[in-house]
Amino acid sequence: MTVITVDGVTRRFGDVTALDDVSLDVAPGELVGMLGPNGAGKTTLLSLISGQRRPDVGTVRLLGGDPRDAATRVGLGITPQETGLPPTLRVGEVVDFVGGHFPDPVPSAELLEQFGLTDKTRKQTGSLSGGQKRRLAVALSLVGRPRVVLLDEPTTGLDVTARQALWDAIRQYHAGGGTVLLTSHYLEEVQALAERVVVIDHGVVRADDSLDGILSRVGLRRVSVRTTADLTSWSGVSRGEHRGDGVQELYTPDADALVRALVTSGVEFSDLQIRGASLEEAFAEMVADDNPLEGAGR
Amino acid sequence: MTTAPAAPTQAPPSGTLNPVVLTWLHLKFQFLETVRIPIAVLGNMLFPSLAMFFFVVPQSQVAQNPLAATMAVAGLSLFAVCSASLFTYGLGVAEDRQLPFDPFVRSLPAGPAPRMIARILNGAIFALFGLVPLIVIGWLFTAASVTLLELLTGIGVILAASVPFVLLGMAVGYSLSAKAALPVVQVVLFPLAFAGGLFLPPMMFPSWLDTLSQVTPTRAGRDLLVQALTGADAYAWAWPVLLGWTAVFATLAVVAYRRDEGRRFR
Repeated sequence: MTVITVDGVTRRFGDVTALDDVSLDVAPGELVGMLGPNGAGKTTLLSLISGQRRPDVGTVRLLGGDPRDAATRVGLGITPQETGLPPTLRVGEVVDFVGGHFPDPVPSAELLEQFGLTDKTRKQTGSLSGGQKRRLAVALSLVGRPRVVLLDEPTTGLDVTARQALWDAIRQYHAGGGTVLLTSHYLEEVQALAERVVVIDHGVVRADDSLDGILSRVGLRRVSVRTTADLTSWSGVSRGEHRGDGVQELYTPDADALVRALVTSGVEFSDLQIRGASLEEAFAEMVADDNPLEGAGR
Repeated sequence: MTTAPAAPTQAPPSGTLNPVVLTWLHLKFQFLETVRIPIAVLGNMLFPSLAMFFFVVPQSQVAQNPLAATMAVAGLSLFAVCSASLFTYGLGVAEDRQLPFDPFVRSLPAGPAPRMIARILNGAIFALFGLVPLIVIGWLFTAASVTLLELLTGIGVILAASVPFVLLGMAVGYSLSAKAALPVVQVVLFPLAFAGGLFLPPMMFPSWLDTLSQVTPTRAGRDLLVQALTGADAYAWAWPVLLGWTAVFATLAVVAYRRDEGRRFR
């Protein structure tokens, strides 16, 4: 069975098509990273899966049920946006309130201990720092011992240590058999956590593959070279830029052919480096309007 | 939306908790949230008391006439409860919907009922707080008089009469943005209060207005309240009118909640 099934879903807000015929299946125990620029439709997709909105076309199933059915959501955990915690309630009270909706919640003290918030139990949420609010938000998604959690930008605005601590908590939950669907603009985060990456842009799924698959599918190599000749418009270069120090960075599906052409052309060059594209670069390639994935794929 | 039955290989999701437990949970935390902002609680208690001092106490032919004074207290009490209900729910719900915590709460495994019922109960609790100073002023500064039994019956009636206004407030709150909800609530509240005889007793109405008045929920609530406090019989249709509006507004509130998907997008 699948934990999340999104089948041919379209959702419009007035003239804006937030999601256009999106399909996505998530199996139990998967950790899926959803990547896309702001306004790509990630949050809209999460709101459909958590039953806050209904699709205009298509169906969304959660744990085999309709997510708009409250009973289906007993197995679901989501994070509130950190800015949205009720400011006058104490930390312990918010945890009790959210946990009170589930048949077998993690005891508040235990949960706050796990997220390092024990000494904040009696503090109003309005007095927490941004990092503490983020930790509380992720803690709230796990209080009901969910079978699946949706994490929307779980570590936005956190420093490195705090981010690592949250990643550990997410990995720990996943290791215990939980299913995770997370969104992020942090490519590093998706690279660190996810086994499978879904790239979404302008409401369309641009790619859905394993992390390695995404990288190899785009198949771009980054060639950097110092030269006075302009190589960015050479054939075989899908994208290139001049760096300030005279070095050009060129992205090409076939680095061997490019280097061969460079050598035979007799152009003076130095500092030649070749490496595989990072996820960030692959991602930029995939969401570039004038450069659809099919063109770059090999 | 149709819900296909879960495939047999899938464990069916366990159901939500008992709705009574969930309602109690929401009530507890809504009460805490309200009471942590003391000015909201105090404002609720101050407004009706000030209205008593300005409009009832100085007019001796009202204040010193037991029946008239009791009716005046009844009218203002009901106005206080209606206004608190419409503003708390119309405006409060609209404002809540704009908070990012609201979609989160809606995604928790509880249907709309526990939260709505908790809102009604929470509103009733704070409406009762608002009545306390009004009763004390009526008792100390006017000739209004009731027996303990009449007082308790009156409180029961006023709570029942507040239900349609709470539901109407919710219908407004779930349909409109906070900015739009405010004028709508005002436009609804004041004509209803005048037409229902909460400011001027309906005996002073021309007969066409008196007839019109009898189909309003405010008039039905006021007459039932006056009946409970003074024994003056309400008109025969008072209960059906009140219950009818309650059913209408309950439907509107549920429809508005269902249609609402959090913040409006343009």
